[in-house]
Amino acid sequence: MNSTLAATMGAVTTLWWRDIVRFYRQRSRIVGALATPLIFWLLLGSGFSGSFRAEGNYATFFYPGVMVMIVLFTAIFSTISVIEDRREGFLQGVLVAPISRGAIVAGKVLGGSTLALGQAALLLAAIPWLGLRPGASGLALALLVLTLIALALTALGFIIAWQLDSTQGFHAIMNLVLMPMWLLSGAFFPPTGAAGWMRPLIAVNPLTYGVAALREALAPGAAGTDAPSFGLALGVTAAFALVTFLAARALAERPLDARLA
Amino acid sequence: MSYAIVETNALGHNYGERRALDGVSLSIAAGEIFGLLGPNGGGKTTLFRILATLIRAARGSASIDGHDVVRDPHGVRRRLGVAFQSPSLDPVLTVHENLAHHGRLQGLARGDLGARIDELLAAFDLADRAGARVGTLSGGLARRADLARALLHRPPVVLLDEPTTGLDPRARLDLWRHLDLLRTQQGTAVLVTTHLMEDAERCDRLLLLDRGHVVAQDTPDALRREIGGDVIVIRGGDPETLADDIGRKLGESVSVVDGTCRIRRARGHEFVPALFEALPGRIEAVSVGRPTLEDVFIQRTGHPLWEDKESAAT
Repeated sequence: MNSTLAATMGAVTTLWWRDIVRFYRQRSRIVGALATPLIFWLLLGSGFSGSFRAEGNYATFFYPGVMVMIVLFTAIFSTISVIEDRREGFLQGVLVAPISRGAIVAGKVLGGSTLALGQAALLLAAIPWLGLRPGASGLALALLVLTLIALALTALGFIIAWQLDSTQGFHAIMNLVLMPMWLLSGAFFPPTGAAGWMRPLIAVNPLTYGVAALREALAPGAAGTDAPSFGLALGVTAAFALVTFLAARALAERPLDARLA
Repeated sequence: MSYAIVETNALGHNYGERRALDGVSLSIAAGEIFGLLGPNGGGKTTLFRILATLIRAARGSASIDGHDVVRDPHGVRRRLGVAFQSPSLDPVLTVHENLAHHGRLQGLARGDLGARIDELLAAFDLADRAGARVGTLSGGLARRADLARALLHRPPVVLLDEPTTGLDPRARLDLWRHLDLLRTQQGTAVLVTTHLMEDAERCDRLLLLDRGHVVAQDTPDALRREIGGDVIVIRGGDPETLADDIGRKLGESVSVVDGTCRIRRARGHEFVPALFEALPGRIEAVSVGRPTLEDVFIQRTGHPLWEDKESAAT
């Protein structure tokens, strides 16, 4: 192997490793990222069960949405460490190491994605109780879709975190941008029943396609004929991951603002 | 002079309208400890960040070991060991884990890295704390671990931003002992930013920086010599009135700095009795001493390094 490539791989691996170790040692983060979506699922799933008229029960409909929410929470909160690292001085040490900015972004995105995927995978254990029969291929596709969503959302979190100097700002963006993005993704209610003004927003929201692809992988045909095809949904989700990663890298390669240096 | 491993040429930088750095040229030789001395906001940190490749200078150029900081930041980073004001260590990881993590970022091979970490842990007296999480260490220990981190890849140039901040006197002494060894044994060039006189005195050469401009650049001794004589510092009542009276009655030129009256003259001790006789009951305290680097700074800029003495004590 070429020595530059080996050095880059080493750098990506160690940045990834650090994120995993940190997460494991900060137990409260595990609980926080997993418990919130589960409570949502329990309360909303039970609360809506009587009034929900789509096929199947609401808990099952909501299931892919809860997974995406877990991915969103874990991915986003893993990138908050970018802000903390910058404030505490850790990031500066990484920035003056002889590695490309792309390697820094890759290490962070892979770290956050691994955590997000790990948490979401825990929830796959619930499948037998939900009456879903995705089969081995459906399960593999679901994992692929979750991986792409995790990469995209972690890269998106990186883009936000890179430009902020306080974690408060991050929470504001979480509430004003990321939660609505999740709400308007078909995770929470079927897009077909939404008010007219919402439809275009849902259609341009890249997360809509991630949720649709995941829904289709877990329960083929259940989303109905109005849903985007699996191929389109998977393609958009892959593009979402690629674009956010490239944007994150381009952002990291720009000279730093004095405020953030 | 031996090989100039760090060079800058007319560096300048702005933050918005404010000129943070203007026309700064310096050169540092291999094996030299070079101090950047100046008040906070004087441009030290900006210069430091430009050399560390974190920000790009608006004007001028800088190079490390022949590599331009803008055109070849990678070449520069390979040759730099940098310790920032707050340690670049993860508090959740242990000392050893932090060093290993950073060593891998530096591209050190597995076997070499292990041996190098052990060597540095021993050199910095950290071997028994290798397994402790950095978050549990005292400020002084964390700083030592951070210095070990910066030296992992044996960089020929080390940049340290206010390295003695928060260190007790013993730890401060230890740090300087390490820097001395580094310089004599490995010929490392060390650049230290500081606002403290004790640190500045220990540097081979100093660059005095004020409001982004180079005020002076020389050895501490040469800087002091150029002032010459003694410095007499007088306190008592309103400093402006006191300065006027001293000037009128004794014919000395008095400057008022930071609430005190200062006079530079030869044979300062002989002047003290005359001072008390000329202004009976007005003098609260007098000190006579050789000029310090602070006097050099005052002489050149007309103001002290510290505008308020409160923060000087911290």
